[in-house]
This record gives sequence, C-alpha cells and structure tokens, in this order.
Amino acid sequence: MPNTGLQDGARWTRKHLLGLEDLSAEELTQILDQAAEFKRLNALGETKLSALAGVTVGNLFFEPSTRTKTSFSLAAKRLSADTVDFTSAGSSLSKGETFLDTARNIEAMGVTQMVVRHSTSGAPHLLSKNLSASVINAGDGTHEHPTQGLLDIFTIREQRGSLDGLTVALVGDILHSRVARSNIWGLTKLGARVIVCGPATLIPPHIEDLGVEVSYSLDAILDRTDCVNLLRIQAERQRSAFFPSIYEYAHFFAMNGERVRRAKPDVLILAPGPINRGVELTPDVADGPQSAILDQVTNGVYIRMACLYLCQMAVRQSKTPAGATP
Amino acid sequence: MTTLLLRNGRLIDPARKIDTVTDVFIRDGKIASLGDFQGTVDETIDCTRLIVCPGLIDTHVAIRDPGFEGDETTATATAAALAGGFTSIASLPDTAPVVDNRAAAEYVVLQAARAGNCRVYPLGAVTRNHAGQELADLGQLADGGAVAFTDAKHPIASAEILRRALEYAGMFGRPIFTHPQDPTLTAGGVMHEGHYSTRLGLRGMPAAAEDIMVSRDIALAQLTRGRIHLMSISTQNAVEQVRRAKQQKLHITADVAAHQFLFTDAALESYDSNYKVEPPFRSQQHVQALIDGLHDGTIDAISADHQPWAREKKDREIDQVPFGIVGLETLIPVCIEALIVPGHLTWPKLIAKLTSGPAGILSLEGRGTLAAGVDADVTVIDPEIAWTIDPEKFRSKSRNTPLAGRQVRGRAQLVIVGGEVRFRADAVAY
Repeated sequence: MPNTGLQDGARWTRKHLLGLEDLSAEELTQILDQAAEFKRLNALGETKLSALAGVTVGNLFFEPSTRTKTSFSLAAKRLSADTVDFTSAGSSLSKGETFLDTARNIEAMGVTQMVVRHSTSGAPHLLSKNLSASVINAGDGTHEHPTQGLLDIFTIREQRGSLDGLTVALVGDILHSRVARSNIWGLTKLGARVIVCGPATLIPPHIEDLGVEVSYSLDAILDRTDCVNLLRIQAERQRSAFFPSIYEYAHFFAMNGERVRRAKPDVLILAPGPINRGVELTPDVADGPQSAILDQVTNGVYIRMACLYLCQMAVRQSKTPAGATP
Repeated sequence: MTTLLLRNGRLIDPARKIDTVTDVFIRDGKIASLGDFQGTVDETIDCTRLIVCPGLIDTHVAIRDPGFEGDETTATATAAALAGGFTSIASLPDTAPVVDNRAAAEYVVLQAARAGNCRVYPLGAVTRNHAGQELADLGQLADGGAVAFTDAKHPIASAEILRRALEYAGMFGRPIFTHPQDPTLTAGGVMHEGHYSTRLGLRGMPAAAEDIMVSRDIALAQLTRGRIHLMSISTQNAVEQVRRAKQQKLHITADVAAHQFLFTDAALESYDSNYKVEPPFRSQQHVQALIDGLHDGTIDAISADHQPWAREKKDREIDQVPFGIVGLETLIPVCIEALIVPGHLTWPKLIAKLTSGPAGILSLEGRGTLAAGVDADVTVIDPEIAWTIDPEKFRSKSRNTPLAGRQVRGRAQLVIVGGEVRFRADAVAY
C-alpha cells in the first residue's frame, strides 16, 4: 500500500462484520489498532488514503440515522471509495419491494461493500447469506451495533491505555439497546468488567449469562465505576410503558453534576447519542471535563475506516488465486 | 370384490395393543382379517421388515384453501399428507374467508373430495372471522362437517367468549381446540424468551404466556365441563398442568408439534426465518418435559403443525415473516430421529400418538385402528430407509422447512385410504 504505512490486513479474514460476539480479542485489537493508525495518519495530514479506490460502498439505511451514516460515508471517502447512499424513505420499499430485492438491485449496480442499518435484528445476516457483497452491520434492531461498540471501546482505550481491569457501566435501556450488546461482547473480551444498570423493566432476562453484573441503582455503583456509558432511552422502540415517567427515570438514572461529584474523580462519561439532555445526562455533564462524547464521534470515523478497510482486504485476499503472489 | 394383502409386516395397532408380524387382508375397502392368510388375492404387497399401522391422523393442518392458494391448496396439502403417511387430517379454519359458517365447511369437504387424496375433516371457527368477538355458527358448522372448533393460531383472548363456546359446543359433542398463548405477552415476539433472545436481540415470547393460558383453559373446562384440546403445547409448566387436569378427570387433551423435539431456541442463532415457529422452540428443559409428557400419556398426540408459506412470505426480515414450517412430509423421519433413535418412545407408543391419540381427540369412529370391519386406512412405514430431505420434491406447495439437506431415516412406503393404494414411495424418486 503506497504512502500509507498501513498494515496489510493479512491476519484479518472476515469479509463481513456482523457483530462483536463473533470476534476474538485479537480481532478486536486489530480493528482498534488499525483505527489508531488511521487516526495517526490523519494527524500527520494524510486525510485521504487510496486504500479503497475503485470500491463502491453502499450505505443502506432502512432506519433513520444521522451520525452513523455520515460517519460511514466520511470513512469510505477518506479511503477513496465511491459511496452511494440509500434511505428507505421515498424508495422502492415504499412501493412494496422487499428488503432483499432492494439490496440485490443495489448490488447489481456494482456495490461490493454494504453498510446496513435495519430495524430488524439479523437483517445484515440475511444479506450476508443472500449477496456476495461484504456486509458491515451499522446497527440491526436490538441485536448489535458493532462499530458503535468499537468506537466506545476505542475511546476508553485511548483515554486509559487499556481496557484490562476497568469497570464500565452501561446505563439505561439495555433491553432495546444494540449498543449495549456490542459493548458487552467487546468489553468483556478485552478484560473489562461490565455492569448493566437501569430500571428492571429495561434489563433483559438472562443478561447475566453474557458475563455482566446487573444493578438497578446508579448511585450504588458510582464509586467503583471507571466509565459510565449512558444509553439512550429509545422511545420509538418501546411497545409499552417501561417506567412511570421521564421525570422518575431521570431521578434515578440521569448522570448529573451531583452524581459526577460522587463518582471516581477520573470517571469517563460516554454517550452513544443522540443524547436527550436532561434525561440520560444533564448539560453540565455532557459538556463537562469528564465527557468524551465528541471524542467518540471523532473516533467513529477511524473505526469505520478500519472496518471497511479490513473487510475489503479480506475480500481481496480471498480472490487472490492460490499460489499467486498478491 | 377387490382384495389386497399386506404380507408379513410388523403390524402395530396401539388401539388394540397389537404388535406382531402378520398379514393384513383388505377386502372391498375394509379390513377383512388379520393373521396368516392363505388364498388368492388381487394384489399382494410384501411388507417384510416394514411397519404396518393404521393411517396416520393429524389434528390440525393449515391447508390455506380458499384464499391463500399461493401457499397451499387442498390438493397439494392432501398430497403432502399422503406422502407423509397421513390418511386423515383436520383442516384449520384460518382461510379467507374463515370457515365460520356451514357453506365454508362444506367447501372444505368438497375440495377434499375433488382432490381424492386423504380424508379431510374441517375444523370450524370458534368466533366469527376469528375476531374473538362473537361465536361463529357452531351448530351449523357441525352440520357442515366440522369435527371441532378452533380459532387456529389466534388465541381466544376473552375468557367469557371461550366459556360460552365451551358450553355451546358441548351441545354438539364437539371440543374446542385452543392455541394457548397470552397475546399481550407475546405481541411482537419472534422466539422463546430466554438466554438466546437476549443475546440475539430478538423479542421474546415467555413460557409464562403459554402457562397462563393453559391454566385459564383448564379452569374453563372445569367450569363448563367442556372439552378442550390444547394445540401444540411447548412448556414444562403446560405439561405439568395437563397432567394434573387429567388426574382430575377433566376433559383436557393436548398435542405437541413434532419439530419441537428436534430444535431448541438456540437454532435462532442463524436468524433463519424457517426456525420461527409458534409456539417457539424452547430450551432443552422444556423439550425434556414434553418427552416425559408423551411418555406418560399426558400428551395425547403428535402433530406436524403444518404451516405452509410461499417463499416470498418467508424470505424476509425475521420479524416480518409469519410463524410456522411445513411438516407433513417430514414427520416420520423427525419422529424417528428425535424420539425412536434416542429411545424416548417405542414404535407402538409413537404410532399411538399418530393414530389412536388423534382419532380420540377428533372423535373419529373407526379411525386410528385396524380392527376387522373398519375402513382400510393403512400406512406402511419403512423405518430404516435412508434419504435426504429435498424440499424441491415436496408435494406441498411450500418449502419452508429448516430440514433441507438433512440426512434422515424412515418414511411412508405405502398409504392406503379406504382400501385403495393412494401413495407408493417406490413410484416416486427421492
């Protein structure tokens, strides 16, 4: 790879990135290291790399998104890929075309890497089985959001050097959160302790099986938590009343200045966003010195560059004939 | 006078506790005699090493005709039933229009006669249009041939409606078949609620949704002295409740879907919509309870719970596809693999769950047995033959099965309805 100093991606063999559950600690570290490398290059002024020149990346968003879509789009462009955006509103989907047919049509136009956001868990898995394109999960239902998990972890690692031995609390709506599941898999594999904290109605059954501790009191865990990741209360996913009122929720689970004062002095505050100020956290905390919320957004681009790049490298390697010199 | 001799098969007739190697002599559509036969016949079929048993009976089959012929028709459903070893099926009324009136029930009977495959007994709706609001014309449905009443996969949410249905149906000597799932707890659900639903981020349907409705249904059977048949139970607690109800001599029967013995909720890891069934695949502890329930007689019957869906309906995001898989043509190998091979059931016990058990639930006189004088509905099973399931060869119009490509053992070799050979496996390529 000219002028980039990139790793060759030789150890990476996955064409798809569907979730962090599937990945080993080594693979997770490889993505994080690759993202760090892209961030370093960017700081040196290498803002446009040629790694994915000639590749067309499709952003298929079957569910609203601003941050993730923009982030993936930028990531692809910084690697010199062409991008095409697809949103379900105003598309053939509204004319009755199925999800699979829509994706097949986009693939038929020459899109070889698909970034997929969908409200149904497993939708990217469905695509990966029915298309030949590389599929990157940009959030599927209440299952996983692997790049968000990775950028959260990247941000923690950047601040603390390592995940090993840290205690990370995921606070809020765990039941409907794909971010929570990706964080749980990634963090536990990299040696962090994870506490999920929220109202009992928003903690899914058997979550302890995933190797996490459950707490119903934010106050009770503050003094032993190194990082608090405040998940959004997802009004759009709630089919029935999971807690009595936003007021009551904030009373018990909002991260406010008073709670920050009782937390560890160096506590790190994360929020995958979009944040509801005054609900999950108060403005003084969101904009305060402990907050790494905007760092997360910045890092998200590098994480997505790493994911697009590594999966594309795996595709290229699989196409190299046996015995030929790449 | 036509005669047919099934020679030297292993005759299993659980209704009369018979399990012996002998001949079955069929004359003019009836079972004429059992035992060593000497004499001339029109046709002799050698059944050495094969099982000869009463024709299999399924208590609830979705035939989708009329209204959803893209999924299945009466002709294809009954052809699939024959190929699976069934000589009688009861058809679910969740068609369009719903079988909630006499004319609709008579249409089912007429279509079955036109198809000329297996026997079809209509199940009538409990409530008009399955809406759960007012009773369908139960008496007239019975006149039109309905052997029982059910709202198919629509749970009857109102206890009051079910109570009245039980009281009213009792006048006609017909049971109510329920689908015991509390709809408020299963709304939007895709799979069993548990470890896997949490991991996969798929909305769960807790076992409690079934336990609650089984409990309610049993209480109403007690209150009304009515007959309730619980379709496709799937939880440990449901089995325990049915066991107690039977000890109290309540008129409760239950069946289980054959595929429940082959899979658990772990199968959903693939996100393959062919594992989306209702009730959902449960955890191993529930499966074990179902096996125990079969063994001790708590569960009366095994059903294929045949739910055909056209490919375009299953080829979608998992929360948008309908529940169910086709099962008629794979029931025998599934039961062999899941129940016979591990030693959970003996052959006579398995055959009972597929013949005398369902015949009793449906009150079908002279079916599910091979007593001399009854209509000769006979299934001959080759229990050993190895084959590979290829959905493209199904007689069913739909192919929604998670068993494609599975190497299995055993299938129906010969199926006789009313003395007439309607299916021969030798005549078709597998």
